[in-house]
Parts: sequence; C-alpha cells; structure tokens
Amino acid sequence: MRNPFKTEADAFRFVWLTIAYFAVIVAGAAINTWLGVVVFVLETAGLAWWLITRGKREEPIREAPPAHPAGERRLLVVANETVCGPELLAELHRHAQGSPTRVLVVSPALNTPLKHWVSDEDGARSAAAERLEASLVAMRAAGIEARGEIGDGDPLQAIADALATFAPDEVIISTHPEGRSNWLERDVVAGARARFALPVTHVVVDLGVTADSPGGE
Amino acid sequence: MSAAAEAHGHAGGHGHGDANLHPPPIHYSSRINPLIVGIFLFIGSEIMLFGSFFTVYFFDRVVANPPHWPPISPEGIPYERPWFVALVNTCILVTSSFTMHWATTSIKRGNRAGLCAGMTLTFLLGLTFLLTQVIEYHRIGFNTSNTAFAATFFGLTGLHGFHVFVGLTILLAMTIRSFRGHFSPEHHHGIEVGGIYWHFVDVMWIVVYVTVYVL
Repeated sequence: MRNPFKTEADAFRFVWLTIAYFAVIVAGAAINTWLGVVVFVLETAGLAWWLITRGKREEPIREAPPAHPAGERRLLVVANETVCGPELLAELHRHAQGSPTRVLVVSPALNTPLKHWVSDEDGARSAAAERLEASLVAMRAAGIEARGEIGDGDPLQAIADALATFAPDEVIISTHPEGRSNWLERDVVAGARARFALPVTHVVVDLGVTADSPGGE
Repeated sequence: MSAAAEAHGHAGGHGHGDANLHPPPIHYSSRINPLIVGIFLFIGSEIMLFGSFFTVYFFDRVVANPPHWPPISPEGIPYERPWFVALVNTCILVTSSFTMHWATTSIKRGNRAGLCAGMTLTFLLGLTFLLTQVIEYHRIGFNTSNTAFAATFFGLTGLHGFHVFVGLTILLAMTIRSFRGHFSPEHHHGIEVGGIYWHFVDVMWIVVYVTVYVL
C-alpha cells in the first residue's frame, strides 16, 4: 500500500481526496440518511477495491540484464535449501556443457513479514548464509564451481539485484514440489517469467523433507 | 563441468563459527524504510486515538439512540451545534493547507520569499482557527459535564484542537527557521515533515466536522 503521507504533496492531495469523499456522503445524507449510508459503503468498498487491485492489471516492465563479455555462459541459480538437490545439480551440468560457464547461487534471506517490516533481518541473513555455504560445498563436491550471495528476502527482488551485478544468460529457480513449495504458491516462477526478459528454468527438487525456513524453500 | 573458477568469499564470510560475532551487512533493495514504518505507526496510533473518541460518539448516537439528535439538554432546550462558524473554520483550515503547499512548492523552486509568506499565512490561519474554536467554546452554551453528547463533542473537537496547537508550535518553529534562511531547494526536510503533519490535522478536522457538525 502506498503511504498517503509520504511527501507533503501526497498529503496535500489526500486532503482533497478526503474533502471529495465526504462531500459525496454529505450530499447523499442530505437527501436521505440511508442514502448517505449506502454512499458511504459504496465509496469505501470502491476505495478498498481500488487500493487492492491497482497496479495488478498493468503489464510489468520487463527487466533485462546488461551485456557481459562474449565467450562464456552465466547461470543464475535462485534457491534456498533445494540447491543441494540432485535434480538441480544435473540441470546445471546439462547447461554447462560446451562452453565456459559461471554460476552464481543466490540464497534469499527469507524472513517473516513482521521481521521484514521492522527490518530485523540479521537472523534471516545468517541462516541464508549457512544454507548457502552448505550448498556451495555440495556443488563443489559435484564438480560445479560457483560463487554465492545472500539475496533479498523477496526472491524476485533478489533476482533483480543479481541481474544488475552478474548479467546472467539464464535464471534457474529451484523449488520444492507443488504442495510443499511456498514459492510456487506465491507464483515466484511465473512472476520471474513475466518480469525478466531472459529464459527462466524451473527445477523441482524433491528432498523428501519438509522445510522449516520462514519462506519454506 | 567447465565452469570458470570464482572466489567463494561471499559465502565464506558468513561461516558457522563466527556468524554471530558481527551483524551481517545490511541489504537495502526491498528493505522497509524506517521512516515509512515510523509514519505508518504514527498514523496508526492517531487512528486508534481518534477512533476511540468516534466509537464513544457513535455509541451515544446509534446504540443509545436518543429520540432527537442533537439530544435535548436537561433544561429541555435542544443543543445547537455551531455548524456555520465551524464551516467558516473549515474553510480557514483548508486554505491553510493551500498556503502550506505553496510554501513547500516555493522552497523547492528556491523562492524564499514565497516560503516565508506561505509559512506566515499558514501559521496565522491556523491560529485563527484555534482562536475561533476557543471563542465558540465560550459561546456554545453547554459544557463537558452536561450530557454524553456534550462530553464527546468537546472530546473530539478538543482532541483535534490539541493537534492544531501542536501543529502551530511546529509551524512557528518552521516559520522562524524559514526567516533565518535554514531551508534551501536541496534541504527542506523540516518543511516537508511539518507540512505532512499539518495536512494530517486538516484531514482529521474534515472527518470531525462532517461527523460532529453536519451528519
């Protein structure tokens, strides 16, 4: 939700919106008290609907990464604990065949909404760092050289951040199977395909355990 | 795999052993701005404060449901709400929002004279509003202890009046600082924040006026 008091100009606009909102209610109530109540309910419902739905129907502006030096392939892997899964390692091997490949693993610092709002992200970042390091060790053991970064708690924002610094050719998102994946429920894969102008591969990794992290991946 | 070797330092720095010795670096891309959290908390607390007064008001009006509204006083005379004077006062306060916005726009454009004039007018209009309200309190003919209606009337308008008083104190400081040349097109955060508060006071008055005086 946009803060109506973010700037003085926003607040000034809000004054006028308030005047218009109440002027219609008073006009309705002047005709009949119950008409005023109906106008109040309709206006409030319309306002709530507008606040909830605005921006959702707009086509997102697709973000593309900057160009990187020719002769190499760059893969961006976004995963949390599922980065250790054999399905993902096999997919990385398949993508890396034939050309030098650089791999960046981003582990989003998944956090609870309350902690996100109060900027208490130390624990989430520490947990993400530990998972990331375990993932890199597992990848190294499988013969894949990669570096890792802790990303934003929002996976899409984490991808956008990595696009700016890493310039990947492809994004690989690793999730749990449907039903156990919070990211699939939140349409992270579909959101990435809509938002970013580059191939997005979805790899389902069945670790056979239930996640206990805040984001559930 | 023919992957190019890259450093592992990014992840290595957050190891298991010393992970809690230093806080991890702050990541800003989608972090909630503390100022935004602060203003939401402020608005939330104000809504709860005014909301509690409005709850009492509507309880008296809807649940207690007296046969007449405004109710009849113990002396048998209907209470009179000075809606016309309050309407004039509303116009004064809305006009002060205009002058406040003019002052902010002026300093953004580097017009210091406009800033000083806008701030002075805003302060004077706000003072006029408050003084008019005080005079009305003396002339209104009932007091807080008369009925529940009288108590909630003074409670709501008085609570808003207190906000106007706080706003005037802020406006006075802003006006003095404006005349001393403390603000520039690049640095006028004090004007922005004070302006936001003043518009908030204006919005709250519109809600109070419509609820208490008109409906």
